[in-house]
Amino acid sequence: MAAPLSVEVEFGGGAELLFDGVKKHQVTLPGQKEPWDIRNLLVWIKKNLLKERPELFMQGDSVRPGILVLINDADWELLGELDYQLQDQDSVLFISTLHGHQMGS
Amino acid sequence: MPAPQCASCHKARAALRRPRSGQALCGTCFCAAFEAEVLHTVVAGRLLPPGAVVAVGASGGKDSTVLAHVLRELAPRLGISLQLVAVDEGIGGYRDAALAAVRRQAARWELPLTVVAYEDLFGGWTMDAVARSTAGSGRSRSCCTFCGVLRRRALEEGARLVGATHVVTGHNADDMAETVLMNFLRGDAGRLARGGGLGSPGEGGALPRCRPLQLASQKEVVLYAHFRRLDYFSEECVYAPEAFRGHARHLLKLLEAARPSAVLDLVHSAERLALAPAARPPPPGACSRCGALASRALCQACALLDGLDRGRPRLAIGKGRRGRDEGG
Repeated sequence: MAAPLSVEVEFGGGAELLFDGVKKHQVTLPGQKEPWDIRNLLVWIKKNLLKERPELFMQGDSVRPGILVLINDADWELLGELDYQLQDQDSVLFISTLHGHQMGS
Repeated sequence: MPAPQCASCHKARAALRRPRSGQALCGTCFCAAFEAEVLHTVVAGRLLPPGAVVAVGASGGKDSTVLAHVLRELAPRLGISLQLVAVDEGIGGYRDAALAAVRRQAARWELPLTVVAYEDLFGGWTMDAVARSTAGSGRSRSCCTFCGVLRRRALEEGARLVGATHVVTGHNADDMAETVLMNFLRGDAGRLARGGGLGSPGEGGALPRCRPLQLASQKEVVLYAHFRRLDYFSEECVYAPEAFRGHARHLLKLLEAARPSAVLDLVHSAERLALAPAARPPPPGACSRCGALASRALCQACALLDGLDRGRPRLAIGKGRRGRDEGG
């Protein structure tokens, strides 16, 4: 049983364009039976924050290749990726590396 | 599970694991390692000798922002001076916002900035005008082909204006790998043969050009910008979705997911390519109009502009295009 969590979700590198241009979102995740991990955070983001073109943000149950995920300023690879269990006051940052054009990036 | 300790300073928590060595580093130590590697790339390759006046192609985007920031840090050690050169292709909305980012950077870093516009250099042709002119030709991605060629020329002109001895651009390992894939897919033997090395020595009177970030993966460029809190512009060029490079990029991402070293391996493979004798292009001559390096009577930039002026924009692209397409 997971208590409600307050987390900061941030988008950068162009990813914010999929979220009405808003970079920082202070989010309260409701209490629920399953613990909150990145996997179900993504589901929640897709349902509640994503404004357009989900295929540019997600692929399957993860983020699209080319989108970096930092949890409290550390690469999610070090923390278990989708399985990382969120804690209150955590900060999750999604940075897109796919944009612009080849020359002039 | 908590993040491991930094393998370098042993004090801070690690923020990332370096893709090649697997070493876990904190943000500060990673940035120091990144800068040290760029310094090594430049010094080992003798890319920017002491006294060089280096024109940095600055677009406001993540790569040129990181490039300019790192070179500014390393400039005293290398004994070089920097000039920012930004190219205004005349793409409404997109380029104005990007140039605003470059101006902010120039002010913050206290570096001189010169902006060169297609409109001034190329007889009034902006990219928006080129896009309109090529729109009816059925292959809208051709406007990116023009842009690639013209931007190279514009950067060269800007560099000369500021008295530069060398030109640097922010191409990273992913960009280089995409280019290698594209050249293979288009059968461009000439480019494959030329594209592998770290820099072009500057044939046909062109300024020597190199890419100090060439061995840095795109992910690490983005992370460096993040940890150094660098301000850059990150919207997609309005014409980019139509460019062929997008397909190469998508393929590269899929390959990288299966084999993370694929990006750098592609770059290294291209460096080691040798062409079969029959495939080697003939030695180039000089453009009859502007004197730049050219394998035909007109160099690519003059041929493209010629086609535009005559209302026949596909003159220099299309049939017999092996070795003619560029950029995208």
